[in-house]
Amino acid sequence: MTAHAFWRRVCETLRLMVGQPDYDRYVAHRLEHHPGETVMSRVEFFRDRQDRRYATRSGGGLRCC
Amino acid sequence: MGGVLASQGRKPGGTPPETHAFLAMMGWAGVAILGAVSLAVVALGRGETINALWLVTASLCTYLIAYRFYSLYIARDVLGVDPARPTPAVRHNDGLDYVPTNRYVLFGHHFAAIAGAGPLVGPVLAAQMGYLPGTLWLIVGVVFAGAVQDYVVLFISTRRDGRSLGDLVRSEMGNAAGLVAMVGVLAIMVILLAVLALIVVRALVGSPWGTFTVFATIPIALLMGVYGRYIRPGRIGEMSGIGLVLLMLALIGGQSVSESESLAPLFSYTGPQLALLLIVYGFIASVLPVWLLLAPRDYLSTFLKIGTICALAIGIAIVMPPLHMPAVTKFIDGTGPVFAGSLFPFLFITIACGAVSGFHALISSGTTPKMLENEAHARAIGYGSMLAESFVGIMALIAACVLEPGVYFAMNAPAGVIGTTADQAAQVVSGWGFTITPDMLNQIATDIGEKSILSRAGGAPTLAVGMAQILSGVVGGKGLLAFWYHFAILFEALFILTTIDAGTRVARFMIQDLVGMAIPAFRHTHSWGANVAATTLAVAGWGYFLYQGVTDPLGGINTLWPLFGIANQMLAAIALVLCTVVLFKMKRQRMAWVTIVPATWLLVCTLVAGWQKLFDPSPAIGFLASYDKFAAASVAGQIAAPAKTAADMGRIMTNAVVDAVMTGLFIAVVLAVLGFGLVSALKALSRAEVTTREVGYAGAAE
Repeated sequence: MTAHAFWRRVCETLRLMVGQPDYDRYVAHRLEHHPGETVMSRVEFFRDRQDRRYATRSGGGLRCC
Repeated sequence: MGGVLASQGRKPGGTPPETHAFLAMMGWAGVAILGAVSLAVVALGRGETINALWLVTASLCTYLIAYRFYSLYIARDVLGVDPARPTPAVRHNDGLDYVPTNRYVLFGHHFAAIAGAGPLVGPVLAAQMGYLPGTLWLIVGVVFAGAVQDYVVLFISTRRDGRSLGDLVRSEMGNAAGLVAMVGVLAIMVILLAVLALIVVRALVGSPWGTFTVFATIPIALLMGVYGRYIRPGRIGEMSGIGLVLLMLALIGGQSVSESESLAPLFSYTGPQLALLLIVYGFIASVLPVWLLLAPRDYLSTFLKIGTICALAIGIAIVMPPLHMPAVTKFIDGTGPVFAGSLFPFLFITIACGAVSGFHALISSGTTPKMLENEAHARAIGYGSMLAESFVGIMALIAACVLEPGVYFAMNAPAGVIGTTADQAAQVVSGWGFTITPDMLNQIATDIGEKSILSRAGGAPTLAVGMAQILSGVVGGKGLLAFWYHFAILFEALFILTTIDAGTRVARFMIQDLVGMAIPAFRHTHSWGANVAATTLAVAGWGYFLYQGVTDPLGGINTLWPLFGIANQMLAAIALVLCTVVLFKMKRQRMAWVTIVPATWLLVCTLVAGWQKLFDPSPAIGFLASYDKFAAASVAGQIAAPAKTAADMGRIMTNAVVDAVMTGLFIAVVLAVLGFGLVSALKALSRAEVTTREVGYAGAAE
């Protein structure tokens, strides 16, 4: 694993710790499996995931004891 | 994948596989011997201080052996993990909720979600019995109960499209069991939020430095929120960096505030004042948009927590502090000042989350199963991250035990027992056999920049003094002791406030679901009236217990923490009963001892503890005995200590009744779930075929 790939992995881990999945993978998934449909922009994706984590039943930020 | 790895292991011309196997076996034997020697030192060292590294080595070796052998046994023989079976992430991949995720990345996500304040507080309180009982339960409990629960629940949820614990109980054990479990979870949530809020209050009473920095987190988070929403949307790294710098500035500024004659009084509050402020804060924070306060605060607290845990581990490794606490103190007989009750069952109730936590069952059936790339990864993520959580508990225990025992008891015994001046406290604590002088107590308070360290029960301040001692040994020496102390307080307060905010929201949804069964209109989460009503109920619930704890002459923690511990361990018992039922339905009942043994232990512990909390004749332990004592004094027209007024007496009596009702509720919930579990298991036993409701290879959701 190169230093760059390692750093990317670290950032991915830190972002997923606060509920933000990888954006590039999302885009790749939409393009491959839902061609022609709308793809959220990076900012839309961020806000969507933020709401999903904190403003729903999932309880983001809730730490177990 | 597995085939590729296997063939890589047999490179032509390389070392023959037999040699590899032999070397691996020797390696594991070495780990086992090292672990056994360390455990022997920890367990048998008497009369002289031992080094904290022995605890670290003993626990790490045990974790390695348990992971390599026991969790592999669970994966292969008990669960029958099938790496070829598609996971929910693979079947429902949408790039959003269901994403096949690299196992190391997902480990980070899962660990960040399970690691909270619990494993830092429980072991600190349990240190009153010495370092040995706590260490042993943290190690044994996690291997046979905590990690097993987290792993098996994660596995079960993964095979059922990532469903939640409540859903799983309902679908495997029936609707009634699901409803009972739901009520139980809500009650646990209320107690959890109250006890966490109480820890913050206890840490901030009369501490302008701490109060200022914790208050400062609110404008800092708001600023980060606006930055991440409008200025540079989505730049979590940038906003967290800015937040962290401002936080450090607030921490440094806090010292000037505490030394200023005009500013310090603005940030000095009594317990009840802080409790009311927290209750108001909790309400406002949970109705604000999430991006404004909750999300940025979560970013800060998550990164700060991970960073601090790593710093503490490095600090212990570098400083190698000796443990001043005896291996076992006389308080195993149940007369301890920090929490009442004897070693069995109350040590196990008190340590709670670092060894086994029912709350993790909610996390293991939350977002993690939806992101598992392969069923085989569940072992590293479920079992593995719980081992890491237990290690956090060991580090907290070390931080408490590096303190002079006299300091530890002066900090953790309630004012009703040791008085309010350093002279009184030193006299009482020395009388217990832990020699300490008033000068030493005052000196430590001065070193950490506080007026007093007495009766700061709740774990956070004790942990902070211990951490400050360890970290200042790495960076800054004695001059930075005060900085590190307030850093540790800030770090705990920050993520407790995040939990209060998020937990209030979750409790609100639960209340809306429950009340919605009777009044459907209540369920509409877009209805402003229903939302505010449910939020008010949630805040009123934990606010009541918080206020009760703050005004309790006995300090509150020693009533609320056992209640929380009982509730949390009972949730774990419910989760393990569910796991057992599923194993019976899979027709793997011969292997089900893996979950039956910890479930039985937890049931025995929690039911005995619950029973004693209700009916023990000692007023220090039994709620009803406490009620009787004060009622009798009241009738006789007397004031019984530690109450000082008739109003105090009334409050203690009301609290005793409410706490007794809560304990009764927890016992009823767990017995009901056990009953449903037995019925479901027997039914599964009577059928010849497998009766699980797994989502199959075809990938169709039910």
